This record gives sequence, structure tokens and C-alpha cells, in this order.
Amino acid sequence: MSKTILTVDDSRTMRDMLRMALVDAGFNVVQAEDGVHGLEVLQGETPDVIITDINMPRMDGYGFIEGVRADPKHRAVPILVLSTESSPEKKMRARDAGATGWIVKPFNSEKLVDAIRRVAA
Amino acid sequence: MDPMAEIKATFFQECEEQLVELESGLLAMDAGDDSSETVNAVFRAVHSVKGGAGAFGLDELVHFAHVFETTLDEVRAGRLAPSPEVVKPLLRAADILADLVRAARDGGSVDPARGEASASELRAITGMEEDGGADDDGMDGLVFTPMQVSLPPIGDAPAGEPELDIAALLAAAQPDPAPEPEEPGGWTLTFKPKAELYKKANETVLLLRELARLGDVEVELDASELPLLPHLDPEGSYLSWNIKVRGPAPEGDIREVFDFVESDCDLTVAPIGEETEGLSADDVAAIASAEAELDIAALISRAQTAGSEPAQDSVGQGSAPEAESLTPAAPAPAPVAVAPTPAPAAEAAPARDSKAAAAAAAGATIRVDLDRVDRLIDLVGELVINQAMLAQRVNEAGLARASSVAVGLDELEQLTREIQDSVMAIRAQPVKSVFQRMPRLVREVAAVVGKQVRLVTEGEGTEVDKTVIERLTDPLTHMIRNAIDHGLESTEKRIAAGKNPEGVVRLSALHRSGRIVIEVADDGGGINRERVKSIAIEKGLIAPDAALTDEEIDNLIFLPGFSTAATISDISGRGVGMDVVKRSIQELGGRISITSRPGLGSTFTMSLPLTLAVLDGMVVTAGQQTLVAPLTAIVETLQPRRSEVHSLGDGARVISIRGAYVPLVDVGLSLGYRSEPLDAEQGVALLIEGEGGSRAVLLVDAIQGQRQVVIKSLEANYRRVPGIAAATILGDGRVALILDIDALVAASRGTEAPRMLQAG
Repeated sequence: MSKTILTVDDSRTMRDMLRMALVDAGFNVVQAEDGVHGLEVLQGETPDVIITDINMPRMDGYGFIEGVRADPKHRAVPILVLSTESSPEKKMRARDAGATGWIVKPFNSEKLVDAIRRVAA
Repeated sequence: MDPMAEIKATFFQECEEQLVELESGLLAMDAGDDSSETVNAVFRAVHSVKGGAGAFGLDELVHFAHVFETTLDEVRAGRLAPSPEVVKPLLRAADILADLVRAARDGGSVDPARGEASASELRAITGMEEDGGADDDGMDGLVFTPMQVSLPPIGDAPAGEPELDIAALLAAAQPDPAPEPEEPGGWTLTFKPKAELYKKANETVLLLRELARLGDVEVELDASELPLLPHLDPEGSYLSWNIKVRGPAPEGDIREVFDFVESDCDLTVAPIGEETEGLSADDVAAIASAEAELDIAALISRAQTAGSEPAQDSVGQGSAPEAESLTPAAPAPAPVAVAPTPAPAAEAAPARDSKAAAAAAAGATIRVDLDRVDRLIDLVGELVINQAMLAQRVNEAGLARASSVAVGLDELEQLTREIQDSVMAIRAQPVKSVFQRMPRLVREVAAVVGKQVRLVTEGEGTEVDKTVIERLTDPLTHMIRNAIDHGLESTEKRIAAGKNPEGVVRLSALHRSGRIVIEVADDGGGINRERVKSIAIEKGLIAPDAALTDEEIDNLIFLPGFSTAATISDISGRGVGMDVVKRSIQELGGRISITSRPGLGSTFTMSLPLTLAVLDGMVVTAGQQTLVAPLTAIVETLQPRRSEVHSLGDGARVISIRGAYVPLVDVGLSLGYRSEPLDAEQGVALLIEGEGGSRAVLLVDAIQGQRQVVIKSLEANYRRVPGIAAATILGDGRVALILDIDALVAASRGTEAPRMLQAG
């Protein structure tokens, strides 16, 4: 059975690109538009991996990751941060929030699938 | 369309939205709003444009957005206060960003000097270095660490792995900074995860699998720290691994595997053979004897990470079959794992969720192709006509008003009207989309004419039909330019007059009695009536001895060929005056008027129909023709008495209404339906009010009734006819013309009469 990936990004462009890359790689894709929406989606979905942006309205990526980690049902889901920001402080902040790994934008399909493979069995 | 092109189109669409967000956010900051919400929204907008631009390789855009973003980040972090000196350059940068986006979309180009000027301005604010540019934005997060390790020669490479050797050669062919004096042997790793590693959903078995991709792997589990069950923290981490990776992979590749977890584990990497030889026989025996405990250990480790997938065969061809063979036996996440969840977080989450759900429900939208909506509107228009026809047939068939058919038809009429309103609401959009283009215009015009101007907008959420909105931009643009160029005094004059040197242009929208009213007001000097009048006389627009009210003088500026500016500036256009604005408003079925108070400013008021698709009309007969007069223009209807009508010399007539003389327009005569004037006492008079409050009386043969009609453009289907605004189809299937009230009023005043008659 193919894996389900939840992507959380406020940019429609990014969501479309992620969807295209992930569907091409054979994943099921579920999408959310920001952290709050992401947590809502998680009430009905059990993705194998979550990919989230950091800068989002309503609830940013850090808040979202913390929210997922605080949810008994999803706390063990690997979360990849997709961000243009690659500074060590930003990574540290994401890690402290509970991120599993990260992908730096701009990404390509290969990089994306590679990162998913690294965190999901 | 290929998928990438489609996504790119989405990107540009999204950019436009982000640019709007950006501008409105910056304007809010300019007005003193320094809330983190606003600053974050502004930051995100630029960030989002940059992110997408990077994906499409739009380097120029990325570069500028990066400088912009960096400046905003300073503001966001509170290191830079959003003072006017900071926000103004940000606004200019937003304009350039918008130009860059459009240039990228339409293939144009932006003057690099402008972009550079703005970028330097931004750098100056933050004290950024030149070309602190977009360089840190690339791949450095995933770049392999350059190697400084020199590999010691290894005696014996593991034998009997020809396939791996080929892979090794291929890998070695890639650029590899590490000097390789001899065939590399591999690496010995010790890996001790901390509990945090598992909390972040990282997984040892996956790391091991990644290592196995780099070479031949031997994995050995060290369970020596595993406590007895009573002392065991179910979420603790007690296991560590000794791993040997044989193959040519450089240390960077090995460490890269642990990139995500480097701060959550103790990791040592050393070349094979440097440390004491791997596994002693004793160790193996110890592990074997610990097998019983290992069962539990592995289960717990699995429960912590809660993965449900089977372990990989590819891992662990080496000497640690115990660890590997145990993992598949993992059960579903154990319930104990729930316990440590912090209670406050669990409570906070549902509260946040319910609020968010409400917000999401309020903003739920779908995107629909405009053609579909237009088609639906057309169909509803047909439905209205059809329903009117049906009503007429029923009436003709002589059915009683109280008959069930007639009652049913009434209900149908109500329903039709509701459907129509609902469909119209689909097309309705807030005027915001037009209003938000104006701040930039104001900035640009203000800069050119050298005045300080503040734009205040109100009622941006007021909704009006999309077609009206689309055609509102040009007249509004012109009026705002006019207000800044002609309406506001120069800064010196304002100071001399004791006014705030910064002029205010107010743009507002509101709904009033089924129409949308849009006002453009300035707090300038008001209309110089002396000058307006003398110019009008000079240009032969009015007679030198004409006695005009203040209001009439103000309205002179709408006459064709009138321009008050002594020098025609390139701001308000060349010879294009308010008459063009007036005409485009009229084409929308609207009216425009001006009020002006000397020293306090002028206000232009536009009143527009909410939709161009339907109209409440009075159906009248004139010279055997059925015509429709827009109900909104009709003030009252009256039965004229012969004594009230007075003839003027040239055949024109006026009617006295409560002591005031109002021009009388014989509709049948002025539209050419008959050649003899209608006896006023034989007809019905409609008192109408055109834009600016000017009144006239339309004389028609009879009134048929009041009806909602569907507007069909005459221009689109036939051609423009003076005095006629549009056409409609009545219940009996005949076409009726809709009167252009303003043209008729103007004709009655003689101002536009010659043109109308010539064109007719």
C-alpha cells in the first residue's frame, strides 16, 4: 500500500508542486493550508509522513509540529520541515519543536523522495 | 497545459494575492499598526513570493525578494522599528517587487537601476552588506561537509563483494574531496540515540537502512545499559549500536545519514581498523545471553517509535541478527506511550481546533470558472423573461387573480427573484480589488507632483457586480489623479492656509437604496468657481451672461473640452477631462456629481447600479412604443394640467411643479416616434432626477406598470443609440428600449442636445 503524505503549506504553488512530485513518486497526498488546518486534517487522517512549511498564517510550522507531537495519535509520525530557511538556528528551532528532518527549498522530486525515505520505513 | 506551466500560472496568480497582502499590510504599518500579526503577514507575503520564484528559477525576483525579506525579518524580530523612514522604502520595494513579478510573468523587464536603488535603500536601513544576497538560500542545508580526514591505508578490503566494488568505483568517480591513497576500507560507528531522537519520530532501523545503502553493514546491538523492568522508563533510550560500514563511502556520507539526528545521539565515526577490533567472542556470548531481555527491549523501542512497518532485509547481513530479527515482532504502539503527554497541551489543542474550525467554515470558498457563472446568470435572465411571459399568458387566458394558477405563479415570481438575487450575489465582489490599486497610484502621483498625500479608504468590503468593478478602475484612477493634481493645493499653500501639509484623499464606498455609492473626496481648496466660469465662457461652453448656481458651475467641469489646469500636466491626462469619467460612469448606468466647498475641498460622488444585469423599471408607452424608465431615476409621477405647462419660444416646454419650472421632455417626440408634440394633458408625466440633482419631466402616453427587467446590451447586439441605455425583452416577447435618463435630462437642458440629435 502506498504511503500517505500530509503536506502543510500556505502557498498554493508549493502545494501544487508537492502534490505533483509526491503523486508522481507514488504517494497518496493529503494537503492542508496552514498549521490549524493541518491539525484539523489530522483528526481524520493518519499520514505516514508529514511535510510542513514554517512561515504560515494562523499557526506556523513550529506550532503545528508541537501540536502534532502533543497528540497521542500522531506523536510518532515523522515530520519533515520544508523551508527556505536553512540557518542552524532555524533548524535547531524546528528540531526543538519536534521535527524529524528537513528539506531546503527549492526542492526537487528526488530530494523530496529521498528525505521521505530517510524518515519513513 | 503541462503541469509545470499550470503550476507556474498558479504561482503568478498567487503572487498577485501576496502582493495585495503585502501592500495592505505595509499600508497598515504606515498608519501605525505594528502588531506582529501584520508584520508577519507582510513577511510571509514576500517570503512566499521568494519561495515560489526560487522553484521556477526566477533569479532576479529571488534576489530582490531576499533583500526585501531580510529587511522585513529585522522588523519582525523587533530589531528595526517600523517608523515612516522604514515603511516608505518598504512600500517602494513592494512596488518594485510587483513590477518584477509582472515582468517575470509577461516576459518584460524592469529597469535594473530601479531595483538596485530600492535594494540599496533597503540595505541601508538594515546596514546589510552589499550582496549579502540570496546566497545563503541554496542548498547548504544538504551540502556534504567537505572532508578533512585522511584515510589511513587499510590492509584487507572485505573479500567476495564484487558488486559492491563496482558500486564503490562509481561512487568514487563522483567528486570527492577526500584523498584516497588506497582502497578505503570503511568506517566503524558507535551510535547511541537519546530519548529525544525517538520523540522526534526518528527511527534507528531507518538510519541503519540508510547506512546499508552506503556499503556492507555489520550491526551489533549493545543492550548492556538496559535496566531491569521495574526501573525501565518506557520512553527512555537504553540501546546503542556498534556498526561497521565497509565500502568506499566518505565520512561525509556517513555523517549525512545522521544529519537529522546529530544533536539527539552520541555518534562516533572512525575509520575501520583504528579502533580495537570489532566484536570479541565474549561480546557475542554476552549478547546471546541477553536475548531474553532483548525481546522486551526491542518491543519497547518499537513502541516508542510506533512505526508499524516491517524491518528491512537489506540491513544487517552482519553479526547482529538478534536486533534485526526482533523488530518485526513489534506490536502496535503501547498504551503507556500516551501517559507522558503534557496535559496542558492536550487541553489547549481542542480549544484551538474549535476556533479554527469556525474560522475555516466562515472562509470556505470554491473557485469557479467565470464562464459558468455568466452562463448561469444568462439562464436566470431567461427564466425571468420566461416567467413574465407565462404570467402574461395566464393573464390573457382570463384566469382570476385568486385562481390557484395565478397564486402559484406569484410564488414562482418570488422564487425567481430570489434565485436572481442569489446568482447576482455570486458575481458580487468587494470593491477592495479596485481600491487596493489606488495606494500605489497615490504614491506615484504624489511623488510626481511633489505633494504629500495620504489616501484613506473606507467601505472596501462593499460588494458590487464584477463587471461594474472591472470598469470602475479607469474612472477611479482618473478621479484620484485629478484629486491630487488639481484638488489638493501645493504643500506651501496648505501651510499658508494653516492646513496640515499632508493632503488627504478619501475613497469610500457604501450601499444606498439598491445602488453603490463611491466617493472620492479631497481636503483641498475646493473648486475655484470664478476660474471655472471664466474658462467656460472663454471656451464658449456657456454664454457670458449666463446666471449659474454654484452647483451648476461646479458641474461645468464635466463638460467635454473643459480643463482647469493652466498647464496640462501629464498626470491628469492630456485633454482628457472629467467628461470622459462621466461618460464611462454613465455607460455603467451610473451618475456622477460634485459638491465643493471653498477652502475645504471637493467630493465627487458616483452612484452605480449594483448589477448590470437587471433593473427595476417603469414600463411606459410613448408613440405606440413600449419603453422602460429606470425606477431609481423616477422621483414621482404626475398628471399634468394644461395650466401648468408653459411653452417657450423654440418649441421647448416647461412644467411648473410646486412653483419650480422643470423642462418637459416629450419622449415620443425626442426619440422620433412622432412629429407632433403630445398634449400634456393627454399624457402622464414622470419627474426624473439625473446626476447632480438636475431634474426634468418625461412626458409619455401612458404607464403600463412597474417590472423587473433583464438588461440586454443594445451596443453589443446592435449599436449605440443616443437617449437609449439598453434594451430588454418583455413578457409578451417584444423588445423594449430602456431610456437613458441622464441623456434625456441633458437634452432637456440643451447642453447635449445638438450632439444627440446629430447622432440620432
